[in-house]
This record gives sequence, structure tokens and C-alpha cells, in this order.
Amino acid sequence: MTIIFGVFLLTLMVITALAIVHTQHLFVAVILSGIFSLLMAANFFLLDAADVALTEAAIGAGISTVLFLGALTLTGEAERYRSSSVNRVVALGVVAAITLMVIYATFDKPAFGDPQTPVQQHVAPWYIDTTANDIDIPNVVTAVLASFRGYDTLGEVFVVLTAGIGILFLFSATPTRRKKPQTEQESEVESTAEIKFGEGLRHFLIPQVVGRLLIPFILLFGLYVQFHGDYGPGGGFQAGAIIAAAIILYALLEGEARALRVIPQWVLTGMMAGGAILYSAVGVVCMMLDGNFLEYSVLAADPITGQHIGIIVIEAGVGITVTGVLLSIFHAFAGRRRF
Amino acid sequence: MELLGLYHYWVFAVLLMIGFYAVISKSNLIKKLIGLSIFQAAVFLLYITMGKVAGGTAPIIQAGVENAVFSNPLPQVLILTAIVVGISTMALGLGIVVRIKEEYGSIEERDIQEIDRR
Amino acid sequence: MIDWNMHLPALQVIIPMLSAAFVLLLRPRGLAWAGATAASAFTFAIAIMLTIGVLDGQSYVYQMGNWPAPYGIELGVDSFSALVLLIVSGASTLALLAGRKSLDTDIAEERQPLFYAAWLLALAGLVGIPVAADAFNIFVFMEISSLASYVLIAGGRDRRALPAVFKYLVMGTIGATFYLIGIGLIYLMTGTLNLADMELRIHEVADQKPILVAAGFITIGLALKAAVFPLHVWLPNAYTYSPNIVTVFLAACATKVSLYLLIRFDFFVFQPNLINHDIQFAYFLMPLAVLAILVASGVALFEKNLKRLFAYSSVAQIGYILLGASLVSVAGLTASVVHMFNHGLAKGTVFLAIACLATRYTNLRMDNIAGAAKHMPWTMAAFVVAGLSLVGVPGTAGFISKWYLLSAALEEGTVGWILVAAIIVSSLMAMAYVWRVIETAYFGVQANGNEPVVTNTQAVIDSPREAPIALLSVTWVGALANIYYGLAPSLPVTLATNAAETLMKVAP
Repeated sequence: MTIIFGVFLLTLMVITALAIVHTQHLFVAVILSGIFSLLMAANFFLLDAADVALTEAAIGAGISTVLFLGALTLTGEAERYRSSSVNRVVALGVVAAITLMVIYATFDKPAFGDPQTPVQQHVAPWYIDTTANDIDIPNVVTAVLASFRGYDTLGEVFVVLTAGIGILFLFSATPTRRKKPQTEQESEVESTAEIKFGEGLRHFLIPQVVGRLLIPFILLFGLYVQFHGDYGPGGGFQAGAIIAAAIILYALLEGEARALRVIPQWVLTGMMAGGAILYSAVGVVCMMLDGNFLEYSVLAADPITGQHIGIIVIEAGVGITVTGVLLSIFHAFAGRRRF
Repeated sequence: MELLGLYHYWVFAVLLMIGFYAVISKSNLIKKLIGLSIFQAAVFLLYITMGKVAGGTAPIIQAGVENAVFSNPLPQVLILTAIVVGISTMALGLGIVVRIKEEYGSIEERDIQEIDRR
Repeated sequence: MIDWNMHLPALQVIIPMLSAAFVLLLRPRGLAWAGATAASAFTFAIAIMLTIGVLDGQSYVYQMGNWPAPYGIELGVDSFSALVLLIVSGASTLALLAGRKSLDTDIAEERQPLFYAAWLLALAGLVGIPVAADAFNIFVFMEISSLASYVLIAGGRDRRALPAVFKYLVMGTIGATFYLIGIGLIYLMTGTLNLADMELRIHEVADQKPILVAAGFITIGLALKAAVFPLHVWLPNAYTYSPNIVTVFLAACATKVSLYLLIRFDFFVFQPNLINHDIQFAYFLMPLAVLAILVASGVALFEKNLKRLFAYSSVAQIGYILLGASLVSVAGLTASVVHMFNHGLAKGTVFLAIACLATRYTNLRMDNIAGAAKHMPWTMAAFVVAGLSLVGVPGTAGFISKWYLLSAALEEGTVGWILVAAIIVSSLMAMAYVWRVIETAYFGVQANGNEPVVTNTQAVIDSPREAPIALLSVTWVGALANIYYGLAPSLPVTLATNAAETLMKVAP
């Protein structure tokens, strides 16, 4: 049964991908790629990767679609040209060569699902055993993410921070073609624009009622995912995305400007940097206590308690940065006027 | 099971191909980015596929259950990281596309080259 | 008492990274430059300490979180990585010290905290790669450095910076994803991500198809990132339209880090284990290297924009570095590693001199800077020194690496003579394009209205004076370093020889 379902999902993914490339309507392409991500998430779930499935659903299908739509409203929805035939031939040639290479590689690959392969034999059992003995939390993925490979995750938080900084930097530039209205006029223009675009769905009854009902539950779910990450699927990244989604929903309902009034940009910038600093600070404190960087065991008298404290604090740092960055990016796109 | 495994790898190869084709051949910058995200998603599939153990469950240790078979947690962690890296790249790419639209009035590679040539 | 010396490899990365977050919050905004410069200088100091330690024969290995090696993430510093760390952190620090005024004109003050935070993140990413000993960790830091450098380049005033960055972003992401596929396939066959462990375990499965394909993906992916010909198309425009000081930083070190990784992966992981890998590596990369050297130098000969001219010259120089590596010998690798250092020095100084010119000339087309030497004698003198180093004239740093490269090529017999010919021809071409600039600047006459060459209305000299003193003095520090390392090259040569011997597994 699972096999049939797996084959079905994979086939559907290929069809969706083909449709995405084929359509000339960018809006359709973006929605289809959201569906593509959901299919991918379902597939991950079948492959026992619950955490990854949750992340792909929250980030790939959720946040990424919102960002693409935000960009589309600023750039237009139609693809103007079909690919030229020269381009097509070149692309097909390169792509065919690479595909052959990949398919060539699949012939010696160890059997799928075989527990005797090097992937399953070398480091994986160690992670599962050590998690049980030295860290004592049920979710091995969280243990690997936050402790064994905590340095990767630190790097990842900084990748997110870089993206946030990049978007704020890019959008702090005034387009050269529209430089004429100087400071005073500009703020005037901005405030009228706010009224025009900033109302969201305030005058639509049903989305208002349903949406408002949903927001507290989404927030609650986000917090659950954040703090339950040690026990079940979840953690800072997923929670950050979910909490950001709740606030984005609020922004869609009440207007972007009002959402910014609830959590202003300086708070968001503070969150972006603050979460990353919190994470690194845990590492530095470990150094001060005579351990290695990110060696949480030294944080408490009992190493296992130390690991627990470390993991909770760094996951909080991850959640704060991800929320801050995603909201900053959303506001940057949503608050940009169309030039 | 064997066939399903090969099918996974082939779907990985095909998705990789579709995404890469879109990146190279499309002139619209947003379409290129969508292609790039399919391209990256294919790699996620490769990693998660290799971590699967037949008859296994998600690697969450449950009290009272002895001798449970777990799928490999490591590729999952790597892909969590890769997904987040992917969305960061995508966001930055979209930001650049919006700025290009503002400066050039178009997001078609062909138009932009035309404008720069002038 | 905490033994800070032991923590150096970790601090090397954490300090710029953490400072980036603080610089973002720094108020008033004008402080951002000072904060970034201080953090960068501190990073440079750590790199120097690590180098001294390495030269003393100390080996640095650091377990993140104190988890043992193949399970946790390991950091390690040896001669090769120490040299790259010196190049990266040194370039960043000098560029920041020199660049305050120049960057003030490019980046408005309220954007500066964001810009300098991105700068430090780029620095952290670039030092994170040579320090890491874990294949996936390298991917993470590669992405930090790439994303941050996209941001830096997008700060350019010319709108053409934006399509250039977009192209860089797409090609960079493809390169990184190829790398990710490659390490995925290796992980599939060996079950490990730690480089040293990978080297041990890859031996048993070396003849299997996924490993061969993985070697291909990793080499191509990193070659894309390193702008190896013909995958260099993102580089010229990205360097040309980014802010001048950013060009100094990135041109001096960004592609070198990718080359470092390419060489490390191929020699450390694949070479000893894969049958005939050395021959494939040589056959694949040597023609590309020779083509890069000849074609890119040829393009540079006819290029009119000063920055793009030297961007193409960078593509040619990457060819030299690759050529040394593709000889697969200790001598060749030594030449290659020494050239990383010397080219960083020469190209950094050239772009610093160009940044000096740019403070007075808004348009950097060749015909526009005619007669610049009259107004900016010190700048042009520094440019001449750096240019000679780029060509490889005796007495400058560039000569040392050319010398090593020639002697390494001569070891190769018949093929060697062809390579020697290519190196000599391209050096003559380099001579020609550097001379073109020098000739224009010293003997050229500013084209007046009756000559239709100058189309841009901005092409008037704004104020023909010398560059700001900070910028000029740092440029001279670079120029003097080119001479110093031309006369006393023991530091880069020792490090490079050690690196080459380790990579080729020859007992020193």
C-alpha cells in the first residue's frame, strides 16, 4: 500500500514540475510550486522524515509561496517570452548529460531501505545510542541538529540572518527612476499609500471572523512546536515559520501597516540579531565554563541537564531569529510600493 | 522495495533535470528562480531517500518500545538545514528581481540585455 | 584558566560572525565601520596567531561541542588553511581600513549597519570554509559567504550591478547544489561527512559509480564557484559593478577560497584512493587552465573598462593557480598555493589603486583616465608596482610564483614546454594590458570635446587631486608588500611547500 502511494506521489510530483515549467502564467506556476512542496512534504513523511516534512510544509509550501506572491505583485504575472530554440537546445544538451551522469550513478547504489548499507551502519547507530544515553531526549533529529551538529545549525541561523540583512539592504535603496520626490513629499506619498494598500481584508466579514479565530491557535501551535521539539517533530525553524505565518495572517486581515504597529521594524531587527546572538552566547558561555564551543554538558552540574538547558536555549534563539527574519522579509515585500 | 528505491532515484534525476532546464532556458527571472527551487528540492529527495530504513519509523525514541527500527536521523538534519538555506537564497533572489524590475522596468533577461546594450 | 590558544580555530569564525550581529544593532550608525574594522582586525590577528602556531609545528584540531570526530563537527587548521586564512582576513582588514571614505560615497549612512554586517558575514563565511573539516559544514559556510557577497555586490551604485548579482546568485546556487549532490553521493557510499574519515572509508568503494559521479559533481560545482574558465561568466560583471572596495575584498580572496576547497577535496579525498583520478584531473583541468590563461588575457587586452579589464585578468590568474594544481606534483602544487597568496596581494593592490582613481574619476573607462598620473602620482606609482607584480617582473611577488610555476612545468617533459610557452605568451599579454593602462595614465592626453571617444557626460575630471590619505597609504602598504614578498618570500613559500607535501602525502 505504502509502495503504491509512494509511486503515486512521486509521479504526481514529476507532473506538477512539468506543468510549472510549461505554464506561462507566473501566478499559476507559483501556486503549483506550493502544491509541489506539499507533495514533497507528504513524500518525506512516508520516508520517516517527520521533522523535514513539517519544515517543507511550513517553509516550502507556506512562506516561500507568500514571498513569491509578494514579489509577483511587484513585478507582474506574465512570462513574456518562450525560451528561444537555441537556448532550448543548449539547455537540453547540458541537462541530458547531467541526467545520464546521475542515472549512471544509480546503478551501483546500495539497495533502498537496506539496513546494512554504509549510510545506516557507520554514524547513524551512534547518534541513536548516544542520544538515549547522554542527552536523553526522545527526538534524535533534534539532538543531532542542536547538539551533535549544533555548529551547522548555528551557521544556518546566520544564513537566515544574512538573507534578512540582504533584503533590508536591497529594499533600503530608492529606485533611481523615481528619485525626484524628496524626503518630505515622499513621506506624504507613503502615508496615502498606506491607507490605500494597508487595509487588508478589514471590510470582509467572513475572512475576518475565521482568520481572527485562527490566529491564537496558530500562535499556540507555534509555541507548542517550539517547546515540544525535544519530544516530537518540531523545533525552532518550524516554530519560527509558523509564528511568522500567524502574524502574516494578521497582516493580511488587518493591513500591513497595523501589523507593523503591533511589532515595529526595530523590534524585528532586534529579533533577527538577538536570536543569533543568544545562540552564539550559549557557545561562548560553554567556553567560559571550560568546555568546548557549544559543549552544553558544562552548563549544569549534571551533563544531561546541561544538554537540556543548552538545547532549549539555542532552539529559542533559532525561533526568534527565524520569526524576525521572515517577518522582516514579508514586510519588506508587502510594504514596497509598485514603481 | 528495490524498484521503489530505483524509482525514487530516477524521480530525483528527472526533477533535477526539469529544474535545471528551467534555470537555463527561461528568460523570465522569476521562472528561473522557481526552476532553481525545483532543482534544490530534487536534492532534498535524494538525501531523505537514502536515510530510509525498510520497516523503520521516524527517529523518535519512545519509552517502553524496545528494539524499534529507526530511519537515519543524519540526512534529515542535513536537509532541514538545506531547506532553510534554500528559502534564504530564494528570498534574496526575489529581492534582487524586484529591484531589477524597479530599475529596468522588466524582469525578462532578454529585455535587460537589450537595455544594457544601448 | 581557559586555554585560548586551543580555542583559536573556533574563535576565528565566531568572532566575525557574532560581531556581524552586533554591528547590525550598533547606534549611532556611523559606528558600523569602526565596529566592522575592529572585528576584522581581530580576525586577522587570530589568523596570524594560527599561522605562527602552524609554523611552530603545532596542529590545531577542535571538536565542536566536544563530540568525537566523525560524529560531531571537527575544525582543523594546517599550513594550507592557515595561508588562506591570512589572505582572507588580511584582505578584509586592509580593504576596510582603506575604504571608509570610498564606501561612504557608495552606501548611504542609514544603510551602513546592514552593509557592514553583511561584510562581516562574508568574512565569517570565507574563513569558516578553510577552518572546517566537515564536508557539510563547508556547504553551510559556503552559503553564508555567497549570500553575504551577493548583498555586498548589490550595493554598487550602477544598476547593472543587479543583473550581475542575479547571474552570480543563480550560478552560485547551482554550484553549491552540485557540491551538495556530490557529498550526498559520497555519504551514500561511505556513511560519513568528516573529510579525514571520508578519506579512509572511500578506499573500499573507490571503484563504484556513485563515487566517480560524486567526484565529477564536486569538481564542477566548485569550479563554478571558483570561476574556472568557461564557468567564469558571472565574474566580470560582478566585479565591475560592485562598490570599489568590495571589489578589492572579493577579488583578493573570494574565488581563492573555492579553489582551496577544490584542491583540498581532489587531493585529500579523491587522489589517493580513486584509480587514475590524477590523470583524469590533469586531462580535465589542464586544457581549461591553459585556455583560461590565454583567452581571458586576450579579452583583457581589448577591454576598455578598467575594472572589467582586471576582472578578466583574474580569470586568467585563476587559470595559473589551476595549472599548477593540474600538474599533480609537489612542485606544481607549491606554485599553485604560492600564487594564491601572491595574486591576492597583487590583485588586491591593483583594485585598491583603482579605488583611489575612482575617488577622483567617476568614470573608469580607459580613455577617461588619460593623464591621471599627473594629478595622482602616488596612486599611479603604486599601480605600477602592483601591475609589475601581476606581470611577474623580478623583484615583485608575482615573479616568485611564476618562477615556481615554470620550474614545475619543466619537470613535466614535452607537455611542460607547451605549458611554458603558454605561460610566457600570457605574461607578455599581461605586460601589454598593464602597459596600456600605464601608458594612458602617464602619457595619455585627456580627450577634449572634438574627439568623440568620450560619450558619457560625467567624463570630466571632478577634482584632480590625490586620493584620501587612508586609502592611499593602505594602497602603498599593499604595493610595498608586493615588493617585500618578492624579495623575501619565505612565509608563503614555507606554508605552500608544507601544504603541497601534506596534500601529496609526501613525508616532509
